Parts: sequence; structure tokens; C-alpha cells
Amino acid sequence: MEGLDHILAQHPFFAGFCAEHSRLVAGCARNHRYDAGEYLFREGGPADEFFLIRHGQVALEIVAPGRTPIVIATLGEGEITGASWLIPPYRWMTDARARTLTRAIGIDAACLREKCEADHDLGYEMMKRFLPILVQRLHATRLQLLDVYGKP
Amino acid sequence: MAAAASHAGLWIPQLYQVARVRRELPDTTTLELAPVEGTRPSFAPGQFNMLYAFGVGEAAISISGAADAPHFIHTVRDVGAVSGAIAALKAGATIGVRGPFGSSWPLQPAQGADMLFVAGGLGLAPLRPAIYQVLANRPRYGRVVLLFGTRNPRDMLYRRELERWRQRLDVDIEVTVDQANADWRGNVGVVPALIRRVAFDPHDTVAMICGPEVMMRFTVNALLEAGVSAQQIHLSMERNMKCAVGLCGHCQFGPSFICKDGPVMRYDRIADIFAVREI
Repeated sequence: MEGLDHILAQHPFFAGFCAEHSRLVAGCARNHRYDAGEYLFREGGPADEFFLIRHGQVALEIVAPGRTPIVIATLGEGEITGASWLIPPYRWMTDARARTLTRAIGIDAACLREKCEADHDLGYEMMKRFLPILVQRLHATRLQLLDVYGKP
Repeated sequence: MAAAASHAGLWIPQLYQVARVRRELPDTTTLELAPVEGTRPSFAPGQFNMLYAFGVGEAAISISGAADAPHFIHTVRDVGAVSGAIAALKAGATIGVRGPFGSSWPLQPAQGADMLFVAGGLGLAPLRPAIYQVLANRPRYGRVVLLFGTRNPRDMLYRRELERWRQRLDVDIEVTVDQANADWRGNVGVVPALIRRVAFDPHDTVAMICGPEVMMRFTVNALLEAGVSAQQIHLSMERNMKCAVGLCGHCQFGPSFICKDGPVMRYDRIADIFAVREI
């Protein structure tokens, strides 16, 4: 059976991670499997984990009362979901629901935060990986908001 | 580059008859135009015609049908008086046509490379003739990928055709929408985000992009980040075209005129001015 550190090393998010940091992160990781329709997390819940998607598709949704959930984005293999573990008060801001059978690695947030505090090199490596993704998603959200395909 | 339009077609609209009308979306219609006399001129994918709604005006509309189709095929969105009048034409109506004009997608030099088509909204229409040509000559190209972004599932252009293409095993098609509820089973998000999710060789890929200019700017950035060189990225540009032969200056874009130097332009040749809002 493949070790979690080996699986992590193959995920694009951890490309170029050194062996020692991979080992540290793997110590906080566990495997997850979600059937279609199952939630990875729900809005308002504790952001105690973030997820590296290995297989499948996850929809980020926001629910307004009496309406069908609105999908903000879909994420797939090689992507991550869950940035709220980084920012107090560590609560999810959306739902994340598996649209198909989804396999993911969950990284325990408290465990990882503790290791990042103890080893700032690890913390910096994590930030260098998270920040570009957050910025890309911010830019994508701006483009989405522009409604560029609407009538000029 | 395609051959220039014939002299007569350059200045004097030729009479065409609307042979068939297909309502694509509530505001978007595809017209098949048959010449009233003779045969239609040849064109290369990416070129456009000036369509003249008599008594209303003329508009530049990309050709959206196959190069070997017997008629000109144009997909028109009603966004103003002229396009609205053209989109409202019924079968049997007559229309004036000048063209074809402009540059074309570099399909011949792209042979052997992976082909990455990125379309946004109505931008799929000018790319469709190129897609037809690549699919008709499929063994001559590497991977073929189409990424299509649209506003929401209801506004999806050429839906049935996309479904047909998707059934092929030799084309990768990803569709994404900006807005959807949980009933939509496809991707949600912007089309540049799809670039990271599909397989192609960035060092041997020719990318062809058409859509709103903001979407093209984001797409170009994503392609450059993925390792596609600026020389391998081609865009279909849009400006307000009037004469269509590079004389009136309405469509000036820096040192170029979109009508004769474009609409298809290589990104490295316009990179310096692409994001300059004053141009």
C-alpha cells in the first residue's frame, strides 16, 4: 500500500517539497473517500482540515434559504479545497460537496498549524503554495463577477 | 493569410438569400446565406463578412460554418440595431454580403502540434470553422482540446454540436459556466482555470482564443504560465469595423487595422498593446 508521504509527494500542491517537510505533513494526513452527494465540509463548521483532491469533482456551494444551492466553483484532481484552516476563526465559508466519487487526502489543520509554528521553513513553504492558489482564485472570481458574456 | 476578397465583393454588397434560420438562443441566431447568383467565394476559418441589413446598416460578423459548406453560415447575436435586424431575418429574406475579409487561424502551420481552442460565449462561433477543419483532418494534429466558457447552462451556444463532439474519443472538451445552481453537473468557474486541468504539451501547442477581451487577457496569462509561448497563441480581436479594407480607420488597433491585419492576430505581435486601454 502506498504511504501517505508518497501520495502527498505526487500531488501537484506538494511538487518540490523536501522529504523532511513531506514527512511532517504526512504525519497530519489521512485518506478520505466521499460518495457523490456527500459533503467534505459544511458552511459554518470548524475548518479543522484541508483537502487535496486526488480523484473526482467537488463543488463549492452556498445555500440561500428556499433556493437550490448556488455553485461557486468546481474543483478536481490535483487541486485543493479549504483555505479557512489558515485564518481565524477557522470556520468554513461554503459547503464542499462531492459531485462524483471523490478521493482526497485530508490534512489535520491543528496538527499542521502546530508544525508550521514550530518550523517556520515549513510554514513558509506552505504559504508559498497556498498564496498563489488563493490569488488565482481571487482573480478568477473577479472575472466571474464581470459577467463578460452578458450583453455589452 | 487568406486571399483578399474579390474586387466586386470588396465594395459592393452582393445579394444573398437567407436559406435557413436556426434559433440558437433567445438573442442569437444562425443564418445560412446562399448567393442569389453564382457561388459564394471561398474563405478561410477565422475570416468575417460584412452583412448588410438593408435600410438599417452593416456589421462585421465572423463566418461560423465549415469552409466546405455550400453557403455562408453566420451566427449573430442581437446586441444593437444592425445585429438585431440581421438576427431577425426570416428564411427567404435578402441580405447584402461583402467579403470575406481579414486574416485566418493558422491551421496549416499548426499541423503536427497539439491544438488548444479556448472559446468564451459567442466566441465559439469564429472558432467553429477551425474546429471543423481540424476534426476533418484529425490525423494531422496532436491532441485536440476545446475549452468553452459560457455564462450559464441556458446560454450555451451550439449545445447539440458540443454533445456530438464530446462523443468522439479523439477530442477533449471541457465546458464551464460562470453561474450555476446545483442542478448543473458540469464545471463551474472561469475558462482560464480549465487550462491547468487538461493535458497538452505546452512546448508544442498552438492555442486559438476567441471571446470577450477580458476573458482573452486572463486566458493568455494562464497559457503563458502553463508554458505556451507567445508566438503560439492566436487571438481573434474585435473592434468597430466599417470599411473592412483598412481605409477608414474605425478599427485601428495601434499600428494595425483589425479588419485587414486581423481579426486573427498572433499574441507576441500585439502583446505590448493588448492591455493598453487607450488603444
